[in-house]
Amino acid sequence: MTLLAERPSPLSHPEEPEHGHEPSGVLNWLTSTDHKVIGKSYTITSLVFFCLAGVMAVVIRTQLASPDGTIVSQHTYNELFTMHGSLMLYLFAGPFAFGGLANYIVPLQVGAPDMAFPRLNALSYWLYLTGGLTMIAGFLTVGGAADFGWVAYAPLSNAVNSPGAGPDMWIVALVLTGFSAIFTGVNIVATIFYLRAPGLTMFRLPIFTWNMLVTAILILVAFPVLTAALILLWCDRHLGAHIFTTTGGGVPVLWQNLFWFFGHPEVYILALPYFGMVTDVLATFSRKPVFGYRGMIFATISIGALSTAVWAHHMFTTGVVLLPFFSLMSYLIAVPTGIKFFNWIGTMWRGSLHFTTAMLFAVGFLIVFLFGGVTGVLLAAPPVDFATHNTYFVVAHFHEVLFGSAVFGGFAGLYYWYPKMTGRMLRERLGQASFWFMFIGFWVTFLPQYLLGLHGMPRRIAEYAASEGWTGLNRVSSVGAYLLFISVAIMVVNFYISWRRPIVASGNPWDGQTLEWAAASPPVHHNFTWLPPVRSERPVWDFNHPEHTTQQHRQSDHATDGLVGVATTGFTDTGEESE
Amino acid sequence: MKVESHLLLFMASFGAVIALIYWFFSYDDGGTAMLTAFALLGLLPGGYYFWWSRRMAPRPEDRPEAKQSDGAGVVGAFPGSSIWPFVLGLGAAMTALALVFGFWSAIFGLTLAVSAVIGVIVESRRGGAY
Ligand code: HEM
Ligand SMILES: [Cu+2]
Repeated sequence: MTLLAERPSPLSHPEEPEHGHEPSGVLNWLTSTDHKVIGKSYTITSLVFFCLAGVMAVVIRTQLASPDGTIVSQHTYNELFTMHGSLMLYLFAGPFAFGGLANYIVPLQVGAPDMAFPRLNALSYWLYLTGGLTMIAGFLTVGGAADFGWVAYAPLSNAVNSPGAGPDMWIVALVLTGFSAIFTGVNIVATIFYLRAPGLTMFRLPIFTWNMLVTAILILVAFPVLTAALILLWCDRHLGAHIFTTTGGGVPVLWQNLFWFFGHPEVYILALPYFGMVTDVLATFSRKPVFGYRGMIFATISIGALSTAVWAHHMFTTGVVLLPFFSLMSYLIAVPTGIKFFNWIGTMWRGSLHFTTAMLFAVGFLIVFLFGGVTGVLLAAPPVDFATHNTYFVVAHFHEVLFGSAVFGGFAGLYYWYPKMTGRMLRERLGQASFWFMFIGFWVTFLPQYLLGLHGMPRRIAEYAASEGWTGLNRVSSVGAYLLFISVAIMVVNFYISWRRPIVASGNPWDGQTLEWAAASPPVHHNFTWLPPVRSERPVWDFNHPEHTTQQHRQSDHATDGLVGVATTGFTDTGEESE
Repeated sequence: MKVESHLLLFMASFGAVIALIYWFFSYDDGGTAMLTAFALLGLLPGGYYFWWSRRMAPRPEDRPEAKQSDGAGVVGAFPGSSIWPFVLGLGAAMTALALVFGFWSAIFGLTLAVSAVIGVIVESRRGGAY
């Protein structure tokens, strides 16, 4: 049945139109084209994959807790870290952001009744789910799951070195989830371009929505390249194509070239959504507008653009790439990222800070990601990269970046929007406990890995000799992993309690600023019965606090912010859009 | 529509400039081809939006002073519940799995996919939209 969605007018509060028999239960899950149902399915599915990959990480860390670990064989160990990385990156960090939270929140933030292409949206989810299950099912095959690392370097990934159905299922899984990501990308762009509420100009969109727009564009740039490369890899494995083999005139390094042309934008596809979540959370819980709103947007756009031109910094050690070009570009990315940091601090500066769980996770993100960024800049220097390539230094670095954004940033977003998505509050004390376990556990796990890397411990090894002297630090790191496990367990308990003994959430429990908080929690079918007038990037705030609207705030801000204000007037939004 | 088109056109020009620089420094066909494709990806929709943005009046969502009532009325037709995306997804997955399990999987998969496409068309006709 097709439904006509009407835009509510500010004067009338129309009754929710009768839309007959929408199915419920499992049938609703199978047939719904509502972005809220699909977004929730995506969120839950990706969190399940996160937990699975987390369990694999715990097994990995247990194996490494003592030298000559005997929990798993070298072969199983290879499968474990490959699937841990693949699940975390392809099935959790990306889909959780653009399929889960963005799917749910972006239409609400732009004041739309649904995504632009609801059935395509549902198809995305089914491709994602079947793809994810295919990847996991690799463990059930005779030869086991894929074991060539999440980057599947040639020639390791060819039919001789990695025979069997498991690696093929990994390839098919990525083709399926790749298409699902592309469809979601199209949907997000179309929704933001075509379904915004009146008055909600592009330069009034919430930063999360802006970041999702740039992310969606990056998805459209990057994922087709991955899909193409995977098909070529399959041809190599089964049709004897010799594209990535040295025999027969192929070039193994071509795989790296193709993969990283996808892979580095992918890193930002995994980061930008979380930057957006954190920005919205910081602004809401500082009770201030985003500091340097336009600067934030231009930083996002430049990060997005630059990220397409740095791919070969992952290939420095191959000796075939243009070192100065890629090194320079990688340094350039640090500039917009720095601007973002500056603006995050500026947003909190002299705000009235409310340290809810979401806010704690957002601040945790700032700290962790800052560290990851600093070590990343170190690695962008080819000499450092040559020294630490393939050691635990790199493992620690990319966990700082990925864990920092996807887990700290992602949980900030999850705690922030959970009331909107479920109509229920989470328990604050449990939430804060899970934060502290996670924050402490994180450093205990990954600081020792930096040191291990400097002591020369290579990554992807299942055992090491006691004489290397790596045992102590490895023990500490494993204890940290258990702390992280406890933190996630506390959070699951928190979800369970909110399910069994709900505390009802109002439409706007956090005194939020952007349009999603004008809808009920959870929003009714087709989302809005009422929309406030949009006169700035925080319409709901302006409506609820007529005594201190965004425009008034700007004027007083410019008068009093002194040094900080002067230093960034170039980046602050000084009023209306000039279109 | 202006800002939207400028965003895409900016991406396109960035891709084009980088493609040029990269080509003259490296003579690497692979990377240059991908960067060129990136530029085209921005140019095509960006150019289209730009062309339109100069020919149409700003929509309510492009006007900073627009009132909510300016956009009142039907936003669009949104499909209700439908089983066909699920069937299509399953069909596509089984078709893709033919790469692992062999041809038989594609037969089932394509059957499902084709029936899903027919199903969606019939459903839309009946619903009266699209
Ligand atoms: C739950 C806490 C986590 C722990 C304890 C953990 C632990 C580990 C360890 C020890 C390795 C190295 C295995 C080796 O090289 O021998 C690893 C690899 C990896 N992890 Fe994690 N990790 C965690 C969370 C995450 C998250 C949240 C992400 C991404 C969003 C992630 C992404 C990766 C990737 C991409 C690899 C590389 C896999 C490869 O070498 O192919 N991890 N992890
Ligand atoms: Cu990179």
